[in-house]
Amino acid sequence: MFLIPDPVGRFFHRMASPPHFYAFTERLMPWLVSLFVLLTVAGLYGGLYLAPADYQQGDSYRIIYIHVPSAWMSLFIYVVMAIAGAIGLVWRIKLAEIVAISSAPVGASFTFIALVTGSLWGKPMWGTWWVWDARLTSELILLFLYLGVIGLYGAIDDKRTASRAVAILALVGVVNIPVIHYSVEWWNTLHQGPTVTKMDKPSIHVSMLIPLLLMALSFKFYYLIALLQRTRTELLLRERNAQWVKTMILGSKQ
Amino acid sequence: MKPARKQRLILIGLMVIGAGLATAFALKSFNENLMYFFSTTDVVEGKAPKETLFRLGGMVIKGSVERPNDGLMVRFKLSDFSKEVTVEYTGILPDLFREGQGIVANGRLNPQGVFVAEEVLAKHDENYMPPEVKGSLKNQPQPDKGQ
Repeated sequence: MFLIPDPVGRFFHRMASPPHFYAFTERLMPWLVSLFVLLTVAGLYGGLYLAPADYQQGDSYRIIYIHVPSAWMSLFIYVVMAIAGAIGLVWRIKLAEIVAISSAPVGASFTFIALVTGSLWGKPMWGTWWVWDARLTSELILLFLYLGVIGLYGAIDDKRTASRAVAILALVGVVNIPVIHYSVEWWNTLHQGPTVTKMDKPSIHVSMLIPLLLMALSFKFYYLIALLQRTRTELLLRERNAQWVKTMILGSKQ
Repeated sequence: MKPARKQRLILIGLMVIGAGLATAFALKSFNENLMYFFSTTDVVEGKAPKETLFRLGGMVIKGSVERPNDGLMVRFKLSDFSKEVTVEYTGILPDLFREGQGIVANGRLNPQGVFVAEEVLAKHDENYMPPEVKGSLKNQPQPDKGQ
């Protein structure tokens, strides 16, 4: 703990306490929402209007501005969920457990969007809605992992036990993340190789890349907003008998 | 760190590593099945199945696409830059099918060694650029692949 500066350490320590977290995120929310709206408007305007048509796919490629950020988010959220789950398992921090389970529905939605937009894109370009190649199949497994996490959490009544079970499932599923990312390089797939995240410079023209990155950032903010709202609700539910919740509710009534 | 926490952390680490190793071995042993298609070299070297349906992937050789009897039947050559295979297909081709483009065809080999496709899918590349940029790239000398 020597490497972390004292104020940063104190901030995280305070954040792990439910009343502080609840009050802080309430003040944070308007800023997050305005940033999200700004980024989405800029990203969509850039992607759908300013960016030029593709030399080969024409205007159809513009679905990339939803498909690719969603697919990135589906992986990113899973990693966040697994790490939060691990922190919950080791340090038994209530808030980490709640962050893990609150991430699952958001991640599942992004995975679903990535699969559906990919399918809609595949029909005109490849000539098929779906193929069982390594990339598509591993992404579908990711959706099932998310659904498994949500189902398992719902099936166990004691929410602290449920959180521990869910964290173990999420951690075992982490193995799927590199498989999804590298599937297009390890095996022959119908899905093409990486465009942006490869070692040399991205094979996408800069006028098309900027809106893509803006959309990716906007989706990150959406996740943060959805995650915080879900976490706050879950926190109130779990802590409904705690003193700080009682004071807050009764205090606002008086 | 308290001993109990340290123990749990080590346990989780071992679990993740274990799951990773198990998956790596499983994927390694199913490597062949995870390949979505055979390359043209596999077919020429006789590694592809003889009687059954399989998928063949490669690049359509420039200038090889022909329609022998003015019908829907198309004949073209596929290559992976080393070996070539002739493909015949009757039906509607996807939008992105063109010479110099990667495709994946599903079908079987006939006794003459011609691949008779039942389905043709286009594989699009990872490059996105406006048409003007593509035009100017064509006029430049191609850089060496080895660099």
